[in-house]
Amino acid sequence: MKSMLTSAVLAAVLAGATTAASAGGITLAHPWSRATPAGAPVGAGYVTLENSGSTADRLVSATTDAADHAEIHEMAMNNGVMQMRPVKEIEIPAGKRVELRPGGYHVMFMGLKHQLKVGDAVKGSLTFEKAGTLPVEFKVEAMGAGADRASGQGAH
Amino acid sequence: MKTLRIALWTTAAAAAVVLVAALLYVTVGSKAGSIGGPFRLRSATGELVDSVSLKGKPYAIFFGFTHCPEICPTTMMDMAALMARLGDEAKGLRIFFVSVDPDRDTPAVLRDYLAAFEPHVVGLTGTPDEIAQVAKEFRVYYRKVRLTGDDYTMDHSAFVYLMGSDGNFFDVLGYQEAPDRALAKLKRLIETDRKGSAL
Repeated sequence: MKSMLTSAVLAAVLAGATTAASAGGITLAHPWSRATPAGAPVGAGYVTLENSGSTADRLVSATTDAADHAEIHEMAMNNGVMQMRPVKEIEIPAGKRVELRPGGYHVMFMGLKHQLKVGDAVKGSLTFEKAGTLPVEFKVEAMGAGADRASGQGAH
Repeated sequence: MKTLRIALWTTAAAAAVVLVAALLYVTVGSKAGSIGGPFRLRSATGELVDSVSLKGKPYAIFFGFTHCPEICPTTMMDMAALMARLGDEAKGLRIFFVSVDPDRDTPAVLRDYLAAFEPHVVGLTGTPDEIAQVAKEFRVYYRKVRLTGDDYTMDHSAFVYLMGSDGNFFDVLGYQEAPDRALAKLKRLIETDRKGSAL
């Protein structure tokens, strides 16, 4: 309940701030997502987590309004095989940043309630061990966005 | 002792070389290898698509699933973009998306999912046995991995296999292969159609 309250208060304070949110040394920079094909049951949220504090913090859970639930996953390519695994937490060392991005860590939206279209905002929250729960709004970009070499459109 | 150590290291190095070579062979295959073979599937619109009916025209085939947040849509986006760049040259080149998750990817689900990549990509599905068969022929690895509750995801090979008009394996596109290099491969693949089976 406390985290929900914190989340609500922060959401109110930070309403409209889509590019960055911060609390307890953790800043969320450029939260974004990708448009999904029609009927796709899953989507992914990406964001850069910056820890300006003097101690390490950990991202431990995520929520989203756009899907049944959200999980923290890591993707990897091993010998041409795509593997995706849930992770319990992502550590952000003091003074460091950790990027959730295509090909690595991401917030997985499980059971999308609707198709994600370019320009949409996916609301949710990220909960950290120390910084608590931060509201986040993932801005939906094009389906191929952020893929370094995709479609010859250059890096994101 | 020194000799033994050298011998052991040499053995270890040789074993590593053999292992790497084996992995490369299994995952990438060789041009002379036997990727591809008889299979029988249905398109998302219910049409029978099998290795016999495909003979005579080049095609690209990818194995994925709709609960795939990144690799599958990105690969299909890349393929659609390449087809757009090929323009008229792309006529006659077909791209197939085979679901390795037939339990959840019904023809209707596949059809909706691939609508974003129309008209370039055709979805294919089948019974679990038919999927196992085609995956075996293409040396595609896939495995169900449990998530929380009833949820699961699939590990799967992320290559796009290019098959020549003679029905033989032609080349492979790696995940997010440089667009210009991928385009050149597709152009060469289309050439196999013009030249018939003379590669």
